This record gives sequence, C-alpha cells and structure tokens, in this order.
Amino acid sequence: MAEVTMRVWRGDANGGDFENYTVAQNEGEVVLDVIHRIQATEAPDLACRWNCKAGKCGSCAAEVNGKPRLMCMTRLDTLPEGPVTVTPMKTFPIIRDLVTDVSFNFAQAEKVPALLPPPMPENGYVMFQEDVQRGQEFRKCIECFMCQDVCHVIRDHEGNKQHYAGPRFFIRYAELEMHPLDTNDRRDLIREEMGLGYCNITKCCTEVCPEHIKITDNAIIPLKERVVDAHYDPVAWLGRKIRRKTKRSASDATVQPAP
Amino acid sequence: MTYEHHDYDVLIIGAGGAGLRAAIEAKQRGLKVGIVTKSLLGKAHTVMAEGGMAAAMGNVYPEDNWMVHFRDTMRGGKYLNNNRMAELHAKESPARVLELEQWGALFDRTKDGKILQRDFGGHRYARLAHVGDRTGLELIRTLQQKVVSMGTDVFMECKILKLVHDANGKVAGCVAYRRPTGEFVTFGAKAVILATGGAGKSWKFTSNSWEGTGDGHAMALWAGAKLIDMECIQFHPTGMVWPLSVRGLLVTEGVRGDGGVLRNSEGKRFMFNYVAPMFRDETAESEEEADKWYDDHTAGRRPPELLPRDEVARAINAEVKAGRGTPHGGVYLDIATRRSPEFIRRRLPSMYHQFMELAGVDITTEAMEIGPTCHYIMGGVQVVADTAATAAPGLFAAGEVAGGMHGANRLGGNSLSDLVVFGKRAGAGAAEYIEAGDLAGPMNQDEIDAAIAEALAPFERESGENPYDIQRDLQEMMQANVGIIRTQSELDDAKVQLENFTERVKNIKVKGGRAYNPGWNLATDLPAMITVCKAVTIGASLRKESRGGHTREDFPSADPEFGKFNFAHSTNGGDWDSEIVTEESPLLPMPDELKALLEEAK
Repeated sequence: MAEVTMRVWRGDANGGDFENYTVAQNEGEVVLDVIHRIQATEAPDLACRWNCKAGKCGSCAAEVNGKPRLMCMTRLDTLPEGPVTVTPMKTFPIIRDLVTDVSFNFAQAEKVPALLPPPMPENGYVMFQEDVQRGQEFRKCIECFMCQDVCHVIRDHEGNKQHYAGPRFFIRYAELEMHPLDTNDRRDLIREEMGLGYCNITKCCTEVCPEHIKITDNAIIPLKERVVDAHYDPVAWLGRKIRRKTKRSASDATVQPAP
Repeated sequence: MTYEHHDYDVLIIGAGGAGLRAAIEAKQRGLKVGIVTKSLLGKAHTVMAEGGMAAAMGNVYPEDNWMVHFRDTMRGGKYLNNNRMAELHAKESPARVLELEQWGALFDRTKDGKILQRDFGGHRYARLAHVGDRTGLELIRTLQQKVVSMGTDVFMECKILKLVHDANGKVAGCVAYRRPTGEFVTFGAKAVILATGGAGKSWKFTSNSWEGTGDGHAMALWAGAKLIDMECIQFHPTGMVWPLSVRGLLVTEGVRGDGGVLRNSEGKRFMFNYVAPMFRDETAESEEEADKWYDDHTAGRRPPELLPRDEVARAINAEVKAGRGTPHGGVYLDIATRRSPEFIRRRLPSMYHQFMELAGVDITTEAMEIGPTCHYIMGGVQVVADTAATAAPGLFAAGEVAGGMHGANRLGGNSLSDLVVFGKRAGAGAAEYIEAGDLAGPMNQDEIDAAIAEALAPFERESGENPYDIQRDLQEMMQANVGIIRTQSELDDAKVQLENFTERVKNIKVKGGRAYNPGWNLATDLPAMITVCKAVTIGASLRKESRGGHTREDFPSADPEFGKFNFAHSTNGGDWDSEIVTEESPLLPMPDELKALLEEAK
C-alpha cells in the first residue's frame, strides 16, 4: 500500500512546529482523509475543522503546500511527489494546530445592513431568472474564508482588519446591492468603513475560490464603480444633500409588488 | 469549580434550519434567545441538502395543493406518520418558503417570475423550490443572515453534554463545554429547544458529517422525553460508492427528478421490476411512458426511478445482491445519455463538480456509480404537533431530531420544509410555554457536577482505549447488523455488542489537553451515539414487519397490526447507560376529513 508523509503544523498561540507523520494512502484519497487517519491512530488530539467532506460547508480550509485549499477537495494524487505540508490559514490567529480563530468574519457579518425589501404581495414576489442570477453567483459562497486568508490587505497587514471587510464581504455587499428587492443603501458604508478602496484588484481571491465565484470581476469592480459614482457624481451628491437618501427608495427597486 | 454561566428565555441547541427558524420566531416574540452549535455558524448539516424544499405552491402544476402533498407524505411514510404534523407541514410550507425571499433568498424562477419547482421521488407534482442543487446552502445562509441581523447570541463550537433539571424535574438548562478552550459553561433557560439534527454517523457508509451523533435524541431520552420510530432509518438510494474515500457522499435525488435513470451492469432500467402494489396505479409500465412524463405529467405516469427512497434503495440492494452491480458494488445512475451537457451543468452544478473533482468522472459523458447510504433518521423525539413540546416539561424539539412527521420513510424535499415549519412552531411553542408561567427553578447542581465529572473522566484514567477505535467498530457493527436489511439473529447480536460498547466507553483514555481536542470531543459524543444505536436496535428487533426505512429479511411484508402504533422508548434513570424501556404508543387518530383525502386520491 502506498504511503504519504504529511508535515503538519502543530501548536497554539504560544508557538509550535511541524511534525511528520507517515501514513497509508489509498486510491482517490484527499488531504482530509489522511489527516483523519492521523487523528484515528497517532494523534487523536490533532485539531482540524471539518463537517461535510464534500466541498459544501467550507469548514476544512487550510494551507496545503502553502496555498489555501479545502482539505476535503484536494486529492493527494494531484499534488507533487514528496511530503505534503499542511498549515493553518495565516491571516487568522491560531487556536490549535490547523484550527484558526475566524471570528473576524463573523464580526464583519454583523455589520452588514440587512436586505430591505418592499412588502411582500400575497402570492410572493415576482422576479425573473435574469434578475436573480447575478446574486445567485455570490450566494454560492460557502464561507471557507480562503479569499480572506489570501487577501494581502489583511494577510500582510494585521492593522487593516480594523477597516477592511475583505473579499467575502464585498461579494455579500455586491449581492445585496444587486438584489432585485433591496431598497437599502450601503454605498457610503462600503467606501468609508468597509475599505473597498484598499483592494487593488490582484484577483488572488478569485483564484482561490472553491466555488469559482468571479469575486473581482463580478463583485468588487462593479461595486467600486457604484460607490465611486455615488460619491463623485455631482447630481447624485446634490440629490443626497436634499433628500438625505443616497440611492434608492422602495419605488426604485427593480421588482415591484404585483398589483 | 467555577465556570461561565448564561441565562436565556429560550436556549436553542443546534444552528441548522430548524434551530435558526426557531430563533427567529422566539426573537420576533421579544424573547431573549441564545443559540448553541457544535460547529461554526452556517456549517450545520442543512448546508448539505441539495435538491430542494417541498411546498405545494402550485407554481408549475396549478393542480397541486396541500391535500395532495399531505397524501403523498402519508403514503411515503407508509402511514406511520403523525397525521397532524403531516397536515400542518403540507399546509404551512408554502408560506415558510415565501418568507425566505423577504429575508434575501434567491430561488430559481419560472418563466413568469415565480419560484420554480422540481420533481422528486414520491411527490405527485413538481413541488420542490430550489436553487440548482444547493438549496440547503441557500436556506441556511438566508436564516443565518436573518438571525445575525436580529442580533442573536450564538455560541459557536460549543458542545452540550446534558440537559439539567430543576428540583421538580422540569428542564431548566444545560451544561456544555467550549471546544476551542475545553472550558465548561452552563446555560439556564426557561425553555430549551432541541434542533440537533440526526444520528447517521453511527453507520459506516453515511452522508452525515461528524456532527450527526444523535446528541439531541439521547439528551431528550436522558431528560425524560420519549423517542419514537427509531428503527426507521433512511438509506438514501444514491450515495457515491467510489473512491472509497467518498463512499456514502450524497448524490441528489434531483438527478433522477431531472431525467436521470438507474441501470444495472447489463444496462437495463431495472426499477420497472420493483414497483410495489401500492404504487402500481401511478407508475409507468414502460420506458416510453415514463419518458413522456418528464415534459408533461398528464401524458404518462411517473418513472419508477422516482418512487419513494425506501423502495429505490431496496431495489438497488437487490440488484447488487443478484450480481448485476458495478465493479465497486453499486449500480449506474445515468443522466449523460439523457440530457445535454449544458442542461446537466446548469441544473446540477455541484454534482458535476463533486464527481469531476473527487472521482474523476464527467457526469455529462459518463454514468455515476451509486449505492445506498445512511442519510436520515425518521425516528426522533415524540412531540405535540402544534407546539413541538416533548414529554419533558420545558423541552421542545424540531427538525430531524423530532419524530413523527415522516413516519416510516421521508420523502425527499420534505426535510427542508419540515425544518422551517416546525422550527417556527417550536419557537412559538416555547414562547407560549413561557407566557403561561409555571417555569423551572434553578438548575440542579448535582446534575451539573456529575456531567462535568463524566466528561473529564477520560483524562484521569491511567490507561484505556482510543475513542476512534470504538467509533470505527461501532460504525462497522451497525452497518453490518442494523443496516438496510435486518434479521432477528443479527439484531440480537447487535444488542449484546452494544452492551460491550457501553463498557468500552467507560474505559476511554484521552490524550492531550482540553483545548480543541477532537479525540476528547469524540469521547463525549460516544455515549449519545451508543444510546441512539440501542434505541434503533430495540425498535428494529420489536418491529417484526417491513415498513419504509425498516426492512426485515425474516418479515418481508408490512403487517397491518404493526401499522397501528409507534414504538416509544424512555428510560427510568438519568444516567446515559440507564436501561431503555419500550412501549407501544398508538398512532394519533386520524380525523375523517384527512382519511377522506387518503382514500379519494388513491
């Protein structure tokens, strides 16, 4: 039977080091399979997150040979020969071994102003596939937070976390901004507090997205355009001064209640 | 020992669809709500549901209505269901689907801008609201975002060990530990809602994640509630079988709803040979008739591939046993020869992705190899349909952990709608219970101390067994002895073995510290797993007939006498290994107007 050597980072907030484990490897196995084998045999206290083992929940993100990957979707036979290095996501504080403290993301989620739809007609809203499709792309997000992990704005500059939401939340804001029912306006918030301007479109997030969401092209760039239009367009600026309402009202929403 | 403590009006255990929907309801009623989850928020098993949520909205077939949905659910459940639950579910699910859109959900649409509905097994009409094949993700994300926007306290990666009573035996809260630190925490609550999901992790081939250890089932039993129908386990017909690494992983029923068919190694659509008498009138007799049905449900009868899941799983099992299986012991699920690659990629994107990346199979050009996988437990905590109240005062249950709604077999798509219908009802039931007063007093300190001591015992032993070895052996034993086809001798053997597992759990040794230690976490899950396995095995042994998700080789047909009651389990002591007592609990009498629905629509 084939064997594989895994170099797994072990430790906690106080520090740690790599440990090598040589374990059996069966045909078709993914990184998470051998991590589980290590847990079941040599190291039952090896910490890692996982849930679905099917690429649907986004729990098992870690860095495999230095790149953010879902361990459950990374087949060992797609990696180069030799030892496989597994480390926790670098952008977030370590809890233990491969588990990081991703609470930054949940704190960002709390700051998102909710969808504000017009009242629902008795038989539900009428929306067309073309209108929901843009938002559906962003709602494929499984919240693995690998885009946040790889984004150099926060990966390399801890201090930026104070005023930067990160790619996962830019697609969330884009989804809401493009939502056919939404009447809320988040553009000032996105520009002033969520730090959209820090993104300089290196597309690292798009490259790591396991759901193949075109984060940069379909969310961040259109969002930047909207925010800039709202801020520098003199007509919009004047309207805002007069109405204290930046963008839309319920009557501007794409979808209206059926008569 | 000192530890963290929190008080809530309503404490909800579990953050899947049912727990989150219950939280929204309780919050909207002005209550202080806490949610506890073993994982991070948004990772619960709901996220893995693929095909859709069943609701008779009639958007695709205006003929559809709650009465047809009720009838389909009861027939699918082989009439073992709690008929009041099936009625409420059929009536209320359309409203529960629609409200999700107010909270941001974006379902796939019909041409005239309504929510699109797809065909699934056992449903007479196209009834499942969906988003491609990732409907569960849409549901959980929508509810999660709603709950977060309402400012609800969520305790993530926190494992409840036991429910705790007050001096008079009312449920007064629970004791838990936080996984990242291993520190203990107690929650006092006026009402506790269990929304802990299923128990499939005790079988070797399963679609369930590590979380599906039956915690809620076991805790309810220990706390004085009753479990019913525990022998009814759904083996989903289509799980992946190869590579071994992904064996059991779910392949959505949507593949069949969208035109996929099952073939044996001879290339034959074998399901035509397995149509049970009760479904013969409504099932196509030839491939030609079946194929007409996809475009127009009035032009032909339903394809036999879309029979309820228990029927299809048994048929696959029989084909493999007869030597007509695939090289890896499954059968073929073929959509490649029946639909265009564009259609398949659009309708089933995550299935395309899953097979391409994990099995190296392109489902637009090749057939999938599939076989039954442990998927869902119909059995669960016995509840009052309208309020989700259990027999333990102060304790409520909703979603997979609750029993009765699905009878002996659940129809695909009825789970996501179950979560929101009864999640909301549990939130309301808890609120009304609190409003009525007569609430529990302070938690019994002895119970808290005992639960903590039990949780810490595996650290203190000089030597002992690795919990992973026990889990592996348990899964193999349950798969072999209490799997899809059962027989008395194997069930008797399982009962003896479960007593051995009980002793082994008392001799676990855990390595390392308490902070994020999966070995210890598993050690604290095992008592629940074994308790649930015992109830399943006892029920399976007593139910000497075959019905839905319970198939006996030695009693291959349904026996009308057994169709009159559920087996209900309770325990006399509060210890996790207390003896389980089982009784016959008569089915809820069915009102005449519901009976008429079953008869007229045969």
